[in-house]
Amino acid sequence: MAFDKMELRDIEVWDGNFAAAQALRQCQVDVVAAYPITPSTPIVEGYAKFQSDNYVEGEFVMVESEHAAMSACIGAAAAGGRVATATSSQGFALMVETLYQSSGMRLPIVLNVVNRALAAPLNVNGDHSDMYLGRDSGWIQFDSYSPQEAYDLNFIAFKVAEDHDVRLPAMVHQDGFMTSHTAQGVHTMTDDVAYSFVGEYKPMNDMLDFEHPVTHGVQTEEDWHFEHKARQHNDMMTKVMPKIQTVFDDFEKHTGRKYNIVERYDMDDADVAVVCMGTSVETAREVATEMREKGIKAGVIGIRVIRPFPFFEIQEALKDVKAIATLDRSAPGGTCGMLFNELAGALYSAENRPLMSGKIYGLGGRDLTKAHLVELYTELQANVDAGKVTTPLQQFIGVRGPKLSFL
Amino acid sequence: MSEMKKIKNLKEFSTSADRFEGANLLCPGCAHSIIVREVLNATNDDLVLSASTGCLEVCTSVYPYTSWDASWIHIGFENGSTAVSGAEAMYKALKTKGRLKQPERNPKFISFAGDGASYDIGFQWISGCMERGHNMMHVVLDNEVYANTGGQRSSSTPIGSSATTSPAGSHSYGEKKNKKDMMSIMAAHHIPYAAQVAPNKWKDMVKKIQKGFAVDGPVFINAVSPCTTEWKFDPKDTMALTDLSTDSLVFPLYEIIDGRELNITYRPKNVVPVEEYLAAQGRFKHLFKDQYKHMIKEWQDRVDANWDYLNRREEARV
Repeated sequence: MAFDKMELRDIEVWDGNFAAAQALRQCQVDVVAAYPITPSTPIVEGYAKFQSDNYVEGEFVMVESEHAAMSACIGAAAAGGRVATATSSQGFALMVETLYQSSGMRLPIVLNVVNRALAAPLNVNGDHSDMYLGRDSGWIQFDSYSPQEAYDLNFIAFKVAEDHDVRLPAMVHQDGFMTSHTAQGVHTMTDDVAYSFVGEYKPMNDMLDFEHPVTHGVQTEEDWHFEHKARQHNDMMTKVMPKIQTVFDDFEKHTGRKYNIVERYDMDDADVAVVCMGTSVETAREVATEMREKGIKAGVIGIRVIRPFPFFEIQEALKDVKAIATLDRSAPGGTCGMLFNELAGALYSAENRPLMSGKIYGLGGRDLTKAHLVELYTELQANVDAGKVTTPLQQFIGVRGPKLSFL
Repeated sequence: MSEMKKIKNLKEFSTSADRFEGANLLCPGCAHSIIVREVLNATNDDLVLSASTGCLEVCTSVYPYTSWDASWIHIGFENGSTAVSGAEAMYKALKTKGRLKQPERNPKFISFAGDGASYDIGFQWISGCMERGHNMMHVVLDNEVYANTGGQRSSSTPIGSSATTSPAGSHSYGEKKNKKDMMSIMAAHHIPYAAQVAPNKWKDMVKKIQKGFAVDGPVFINAVSPCTTEWKFDPKDTMALTDLSTDSLVFPLYEIIDGRELNITYRPKNVVPVEEYLAAQGRFKHLFKDQYKHMIKEWQDRVDANWDYLNRREEARV
């Protein structure tokens, strides 16, 4: 029985989870193997319902854990077809072993990560702890700030990951609840346009090609392991960004929606800027506009591609900026936040080195308010005026108890 | 359905096309390679194989070499079964979508894993595969120990065995717990076919493997794999040791159909005392000291009781 296509309105009211589920349906994924976990559960529930209603022709395998979900995805991808899944938080943590295996085996799986805090204490709400846990795993990581972007970036992720020059798995992140459960208007593609953008899966080293048997997942020790890892890293550092740019351009031609490796907002003449990810980008953009009315030349940098990290794009975007603050939504466990460290790494060798401070915020779903950002931009302007950082290097925003600041 | 391979005699069997090469790094006398070859030789169909981390995996896939002339995957210690279940799902998907490169083929999906990767760390993954009803076979190469890492106990290690994490000593006869009854647990998933096999009884093994290939749904095979290194016997004696294991009824050969119908498939003409089986292996050497001799009777009584249980199950047809 052939599967049915779905009629969509030009603009649908979808939350981030349903937008991601729709994208997986439209990409005609061959195998989805998944395990439910809050807040990403509705992605797999939505997909299951699509299958029950004959909108999906591929296999949907509900396994017994997230580790098994990614394990089955690896087997399916090695067999030779389009593969995807979704998870969050503890499930992501359970999956970590297999994340390294899938990237090391060069299997282009797409993983929707609906970001959530990591226990203990147990917490179902959004922060970026799981996203940060994956940052050395060899996966490409895209970050979305809205349901629209969660939808769009899935198509982009498949197209980048499955390219035969890339062959690396990709995550599409969205904020737990703030994006995943907040319904907004989403501009859709028709099923035909969507599939024509992402294209048919082109197998490589597929186990189901019995004329060309392949051994996947070999043993290497000190003689070859380093060369494998180095080559993979080389591809990540040299081949992925140009491919992402090409796919972003292609996507803009298809849809009119433009994505950038680093998203700049009011950065042309900005003196001060906040660098952040997820739904905080939108809040920061609103506040930046308001700060300009108060005479502070404020801008926002949103990180769209977390891995590979956009070192040169960051240098370029901040070349005339005087002071920046990085917003990290994960407890750094004894150092500075990831964004602070990556930005410092990118800017140390840049011609312009803005004054830098790092903020930890929003852990376990704590709100980042506009008032917090007003205070932050004001502080950045004070740094500019003083010609030095006037606060400790690392501060916590919005936490109860005595003010927490370090370094 | 694919045509079952007909095998007349051992010579013909042993000269069948090898998709598992003799060029591998397994110990001389290792039963793993014999079992794997017997399983693969039971069919002419194409294969999608996995091995969980363990002796078989590390000895057959050291880059840039491979011992496998068939599609093969290794991911990790616990998830080889699930890798094959994913590949089987992809096969179904591409079949539905008409995208198989060789649609006329009828591949067999088989995961191999040791007892550590099956009874212990991969237990949940295998249970998941069996429960979901994939058309696949999981084969345990049961050498009753973590052999690849140097002989630590697993939940398949039998009582009284000296393993590096349950060593015999002045105050211990070694492993204190008895072997997990994996066959019963797997049969309790009500899978269409589960069987215990041994490489010495190759006709029995091939028959069971072919039965497993013929059913629709998951199949569990537990294969006794005497380990020359950890069981401590001379590498030339692997088959003699396997004979002792089946003829002492320590490893009874039987099958369970649909989780219920149990059939004993091999009844030794002359049952060997368990003591002979134990005496042939260094891992049980200490049981022959006065201090621990009571364990030999414990062994015989337990093996007798299990044989009685299997016979009653067979008789009762439930």
